Amino acid sequence: MLIALLGVPLAGAAVLLVPSRADAAAGGRLLRTHALVVSGVTFALSLVPVAVFGGGDTTGGRFSTNLAWVPGLDLRFHLGVDGVSLPLVVLTTLLTFLCFVYLCWGRADGPGQLLRPKPEGGRPRALVFTLLILEVGMIGTFLALDLLLFFVFFEVVLIPMYFVIAIWGGRARRAAAIKFILYTLLGSVVLLLGLLFVWAQTGTLDMVALARAHGAGMSRSAQILAFVAVGAGLAVKTPMWPLHTWLPAAHTEAPTVGSVLLAGVLLKMGTYGFARIAIPILPEGAAVVAPWLGAFAVIGIIYGSLACLAQRDLKRMIAYSSIGHMGFVLLGFATLTPVGVNAALFGNIAHGLITALLFFVVGAIKERYGTADIPALGGGMLSRLPRLASLLTFACVASLGLPGLAGFWGEMLALLGAFEPATGLPRPLYLVFMAIGGIGTVLTAAYFLVMLSRVTHGRPTVTVHAPLLASVGGPGEGTGAKAVVGEAAEDIRAGGGGSTTGRGDVTAGEGGSTAGEGDVTTGGEGSTAGGGDGGPLAAPANAGAGRMRDVTGYELAAWVPLVVLIVLLGLWPKVLLSITDPVVQSLLGAP
Amino acid sequence: MIQSIDYYAVAPLLVLALTGGLVLLLDAFLPRGPYARPALGVVTLAGVLGALGFVISQASRAGGPMRTFCVPGGLSNAVPGAPPGSGTGGAGASPCSFVVDDFTLIFAGLALAAGVVVVLLSMAQLSSGEIPVGEWYFLLLCTLTGAVALPASRDLIMLVVALELVSLPVFALTALRRYDGRSSEAAVKLFLVSVVSTAVMLFGVSLLYGTTGTVYLDRLAQVLRERMAGPAAPGPGQALQGAGTSGGIQASQASEAYVSSLHIAYDPPPVDLSPLLTVAVVLVLAGFAFKVAAVPFHAWAGDVYQGAPVPVAALLSVISKAAGFAGLILILVAALGSQSGTWTPLVAIIAALTMTVGNLLALRQRHAVRLLAWSSVAQSGYILAPLGVHDDEATSASIAYLVFYAAMNLGAFAVVMLVSRRHPRNELDDYRGLAFRSPAAGLALVFFLICLAGLPPGLAGMFAKIVVFRELVGGGGTWLAVVMAVNTVIGLYYYVAWAARILTPVPVIAESEAEGPSAGGSRTGWVPVGIAVALAGAVALVFSVAPQVVLDLLPEVLVAAR
Repeated sequence: MLIALLGVPLAGAAVLLVPSRADAAAGGRLLRTHALVVSGVTFALSLVPVAVFGGGDTTGGRFSTNLAWVPGLDLRFHLGVDGVSLPLVVLTTLLTFLCFVYLCWGRADGPGQLLRPKPEGGRPRALVFTLLILEVGMIGTFLALDLLLFFVFFEVVLIPMYFVIAIWGGRARRAAAIKFILYTLLGSVVLLLGLLFVWAQTGTLDMVALARAHGAGMSRSAQILAFVAVGAGLAVKTPMWPLHTWLPAAHTEAPTVGSVLLAGVLLKMGTYGFARIAIPILPEGAAVVAPWLGAFAVIGIIYGSLACLAQRDLKRMIAYSSIGHMGFVLLGFATLTPVGVNAALFGNIAHGLITALLFFVVGAIKERYGTADIPALGGGMLSRLPRLASLLTFACVASLGLPGLAGFWGEMLALLGAFEPATGLPRPLYLVFMAIGGIGTVLTAAYFLVMLSRVTHGRPTVTVHAPLLASVGGPGEGTGAKAVVGEAAEDIRAGGGGSTTGRGDVTAGEGGSTAGEGDVTTGGEGSTAGGGDGGPLAAPANAGAGRMRDVTGYELAAWVPLVVLIVLLGLWPKVLLSITDPVVQSLLGAP
Repeated sequence: MIQSIDYYAVAPLLVLALTGGLVLLLDAFLPRGPYARPALGVVTLAGVLGALGFVISQASRAGGPMRTFCVPGGLSNAVPGAPPGSGTGGAGASPCSFVVDDFTLIFAGLALAAGVVVVLLSMAQLSSGEIPVGEWYFLLLCTLTGAVALPASRDLIMLVVALELVSLPVFALTALRRYDGRSSEAAVKLFLVSVVSTAVMLFGVSLLYGTTGTVYLDRLAQVLRERMAGPAAPGPGQALQGAGTSGGIQASQASEAYVSSLHIAYDPPPVDLSPLLTVAVVLVLAGFAFKVAAVPFHAWAGDVYQGAPVPVAALLSVISKAAGFAGLILILVAALGSQSGTWTPLVAIIAALTMTVGNLLALRQRHAVRLLAWSSVAQSGYILAPLGVHDDEATSASIAYLVFYAAMNLGAFAVVMLVSRRHPRNELDDYRGLAFRSPAAGLALVFFLICLAGLPPGLAGMFAKIVVFRELVGGGGTWLAVVMAVNTVIGLYYYVAWAARILTPVPVIAESEAEGPSAGGSRTGWVPVGIAVALAGAVALVFSVAPQVVLDLLPEVLVAAR
């Protein structure tokens, strides 16, 4: 059963290795059908455990498979699914499926269609192959119940993700991909040392047995050492605050599907490791290190939020917001209470859904506008692309934790857990964490709202393309418009950190600029100011908007399930908590 | 007195040596037809396969190790340090020079399997015709003979002779591409370095003989162990260590028998010989460090690999290196096991330096073979590392890594060979877009490189690293494990950068331009290389899916031999 879950995408990928002429003749239609069917079947398979899942304490796993693989290394092919892993498995298969829906259903000239044959060689086969291998790695990580097997699958994702970024990524993809793989490999190797240390101490690699032992057989100092090693390895992947620097670059440069899977699933592998390995197997180590973990978590929350406030690139901003949200997840783990850990697992899933949606939407924006630079996007998206902007608003509001949507419960429960941490942990410190985390939620709300007001509100404006504007600007208002454009272009160049001063200049210059936040996007205002005849300039602006399609059918197909799930989990969190809670209780050794 | 020789035990050697002679004769007397060159290659290949067949049949044979070239029973009393009528029990009563056990078989099998690939590569290399065929194959077979003899040799003299048999033909092989400046330079460098290292090692060996009075490894180990445990032990700390590491069956059963007889047969000199012994250990270690290109004796690797023909570089990086490691393990573990307190920290430091320096040097390379040269220096460090935390399974980890490494590295060299026929410069940039020009070769090279980096889907390399890491963490060499972890990351950088080049498409113009002038020579002789790539690829795949295959092969005899 679980082997089939791994085997279907693997076989699907293997089939692609066989070169076929029929595929080329059909213009890639076969390939797209193949990808859809494989990921769809995998998704359906992952739903089977959900259907028959009874709840209750299922540690050790339903459907467990336990075969010897490498006896010389004690490595067993031990798979199983329980309440902690099941939601993540379903999340993985769902997101992969949706990614393929997004890639496969669109029209040939639609934005983001990496699977379409292109003159410069989009290499659709390779992309499908890579994504399927990636899926195998991700599912395997969540299913593995053997420490080394976990590590093997943990590593499987590295190379495919590297190529997804390095081949299909943005402009600075090479550097971002190298940074991603070196950084995460360093984390993985440290993780491996930690796992082997556990193995050397206890003599077994079986996660179920180790979790049941609750650290028996390991001395306190050994547990601390092992927890630091394992935790550091997982924290790189999560990413925890001082170890996060690979994330923004990777997210910014990755293609849409890469970002979605990276944020939606890959980050979860780190946090899942905390829930599955670090905390249950090394309880004493966890108790010692937890305050540090909590401290790093809240620093991450604040840091992520502040960094978001300073970002100009949408994708980069969402990447930093992930750091903040993963901070909440880590804070939940750091409390070591069932409430906290449940919150962390809930936050995991919620973040996976919401951030996936955010990256989908932002990817769509980037493909339409050709940029994800917030100032360059200008305002007024709600009037130009109403449906896309509404979706963006929805995703942002969900991400900032509006009650009634999925993002709320993870944050709220994590803070609640910090209010009353496990016995043995310093409560005053956790109260401070809680307070700082609360400030973090406010900051999160702040940066999302600021972004929304800059991007979706305001009047629609032409993205500044200086030559275009200069040429269409008729001789009548030419001087005024040109002057404004020149100034705006200069402001873009000033860019970077000094955007505040630039904004001041432009607003002052134009007098009655309506879009308060729009700093360089003053094309519309420029024309008004340039002599009152906005007609000629507004026309090309509208034409520009007309070229951009609003949300298309295939995009809607990929996104609606996410929206539905976000609302569902927000209104009815028990559906998820009732699955995770029994397992969390038993993993934490609570009575 | 006539020695009885077990011809079955030495059959692989005989096959190789006789084939070598046959090849020379055939080269001299065969008419110079168009098929002379491939014919000699096929004969060589048959010889290597025949030897491999013998090794396999020896391996599948039940029963204990085969010994031959033993000191006859009547004479064994005269051997200093050997008590009459005793020993490791039964067949091991007298010391033997040539022992075929699991350790021997795995190294012989490794050398011969690698030999098959190298012969296949040679067939492609020789098809162009600037290199004399007969001499090439003769020298190649000599090297292989040495590589098979070395792990079987159990006395110092035979060890040195076998090692020289591995090394000497390689100088000539390197220089066989006549009128090539780089080749000649490489040959001279290799020659000088190798001769110096041999001299250093011989000095160490003579000191060993001088302090213990025997050349046989097992006797040597006994003498040293006795001295450690006996009253002449230099210090309690070291004595304890000696006793701790020598924990074996024979040690306990034999010790009371020896202590009395030892004094009769061989009077330990009154002076404290342990400093001398330490010097001997260090010198031997230095000698072997040259052979396996370990830091600080690594500097020759880059130039020599680049200057030599690609098959010779492959031979140096796998066969010659495996032979070096076999000798190193034999001397350090089998003979000097009781001195592990002296050499363990040394080896650990050398291993750490080797992997770091090798990786750092590889980072900046733009030439494919040079990069592989430095990367194989770094891999030497990984192989050495388990020996730096000496415990019972450490040697197994080293050997396991060596086997995995051989498959991956030979595969990489085979593809490099394929590409070098089209792009004689063989720079990394020549690999841009290889996956589109020839998908099979490109994907194979990507796979080998990822294996060498140690990441999935190259599970072979990953399991190899896990084996070593496990040994290091379990054996208390945590600092070494951390150094190796960092090095794995450094190594990944250049492997992945290379792999990414292969998968990057090139503009169409550049490709046709590159193909224009050299297309003529690239057609001929790619079949054997293709077979070599396929072989190495298949083996690496099997190792990836079922690494247990390798772990099952590992010898356990060696632990007992201490």
